[in-house]
Amino acid sequence: MADENETSDLELEAVASLPGVTGARRELGELVVDVGRDAGRALLSRLRDEFAFAQVMDICGVDYPQRQPRFDVVYNLLSVSRNQRLRVIVQTDEATPVQSVSTVWPCATWWEREVWDLFGVSFEGLADHRRILTDYNFEGHPLRKDFPLTGYVEVHYDDERKEVVYDKVRLTQEFRNFDFLSPWEGMTSLPGDEKAHGGGK
Amino acid sequence: MSDVVVPPAKTVEIDSHTINFGPQHPSAHGVLRLILEMDGEVIERADPHIGLLHRGTEKLIEYKSYLQALPYFDRLDYVSPMACEHAFALATEKLLGITVPERAQWIRVLFAELTRVLNHLLGISHFALDCGALTPGLWGYEEREKLLEFYEAASGARFHANYFRPGGVAKDLPAGLTDRIAAWAEEFPKFIADLERLLNNNRIWKQRVVDIGVISAEDALAWGFSGPSLRASGVAWDLRRAQPYDKYAEVEFEVAVGRHGDCYDRYLVRMAEMRESVKIVKQCLAKMKPGPVKVQDRKFTPPTRAEMKHSMEALIHHFKLYTEGYHVPAGATYTAVEAPKGEFAVYLISDGTNRPYRCKIRATGFSHLQATDKLCKGHMLADMVAILGSLDIVFGEIDR
Repeated sequence: MADENETSDLELEAVASLPGVTGARRELGELVVDVGRDAGRALLSRLRDEFAFAQVMDICGVDYPQRQPRFDVVYNLLSVSRNQRLRVIVQTDEATPVQSVSTVWPCATWWEREVWDLFGVSFEGLADHRRILTDYNFEGHPLRKDFPLTGYVEVHYDDERKEVVYDKVRLTQEFRNFDFLSPWEGMTSLPGDEKAHGGGK
Repeated sequence: MSDVVVPPAKTVEIDSHTINFGPQHPSAHGVLRLILEMDGEVIERADPHIGLLHRGTEKLIEYKSYLQALPYFDRLDYVSPMACEHAFALATEKLLGITVPERAQWIRVLFAELTRVLNHLLGISHFALDCGALTPGLWGYEEREKLLEFYEAASGARFHANYFRPGGVAKDLPAGLTDRIAAWAEEFPKFIADLERLLNNNRIWKQRVVDIGVISAEDALAWGFSGPSLRASGVAWDLRRAQPYDKYAEVEFEVAVGRHGDCYDRYLVRMAEMRESVKIVKQCLAKMKPGPVKVQDRKFTPPTRAEMKHSMEALIHHFKLYTEGYHVPAGATYTAVEAPKGEFAVYLISDGTNRPYRCKIRATGFSHLQATDKLCKGHMLADMVAILGSLDIVFGEIDR
């Protein structure tokens, strides 16, 4: 395993020196690089051509509402010939599109459509920018943290109108979100001990 | 405005019609809606509409503790439930930094391989059924039933097993089950031989699948193929071999590889994989030793019932595990397993609390289905059914 880590460390340095890479690290043994939004497509196609990352296995979004810019777009690359994985993370906000890589890997189209559908991150250069998983005419982006779990609308069959109708969601019982977080777990200093541990303010 | 160039009006006559295939078509494998643009009987363009089975699994998991999130994975690829659980259990264990006891790892490999047979039996028999062969379907379901009995004996449920937990497996195998599995492993190869005799040289079957839906190795890689569909195109890539997890590094098996990348090779690769799975099952049974089946750390796995009757500590642990759950250290991991259909992965982000911050599910069939347009172009309508069957898609995981 040690040799494997060494070679991939060399690789991490090589990737980190590419233009557009703002940070590179190893996280739980997995290679992760942060990339500037404007370098996205050029860098990813270099990774495919020069580093033999022939496959993009997954593209997904992550929402951090408290952060600016708000979204991560995560590309999980796989090199079959060199048995290596690499995670590329690009940050963006609601307004700025990310460069599409559907011209680099054709299978990126659906993954990018999914990120658009669930997070509302748009992709510049994506030929097919329709929603993919949610209902036709759906509004909103459900995997954003500010989208409620229960959603806004529900459907049912109306026997009088003889059709399926959309209604505002009605909960027979209020949505319960229990806070099970123990105030004791992970607490390093007890109340009153702040000074002793240097954590007091 | 006068300098705007108006392109000359052009009339294009399009002689095509559109067929709406599914979502209630028996060979749509669930709820696929496929819009086909046809030129006569030839497919010009195929546009799959998915999401009709979307249940918001990823969103729901963000509101559940890690233990509560696990049963959702049975409901993703419902043809091979334990393979999906495996990915989530491994991802959680990686973030927690715990190592599962030996016996639990062997049980997981054993059931992962039984799951592979379970999946391929259904995949192949439905594939054959789509192409008009009824018998493999009848035979396959009978064999599947035997495997589902093993599922039931181990976990208590035939499908939604909830058996592979972060930290091990839910409970040890009941007495006598390993003997039953061993007996099955002895007689199952005979069934594979029967099925091969039924299909391999069957003239009608070969006319329907040979040279249909051909995809080259380069294209298969670019379209994100994995598993049997990628190996049928000649890429010898298997995560069990390349990036072994649990006990896969200690078992011997061959990686079946095809050559042409057509529907027939995808079928042959699956048949060969079932034989290899039986080999792995036998090795698991031989190498398995008695011992604990879950991590002996009460912060992650529940204590036994007997212990709870007299130990206050055990009772508290049990209560805390089933209400608050464990806190997973902040971090992220992309953990993949070789599920029967291909690479099934979980991209799990933890923020240090008892619930996943984000759980992205990398569904195998998603990228396979996306290539339908490429595979179907220029083929006849009836070939499309064979292509869909050969890709072995299940909508539980694609729509999530």
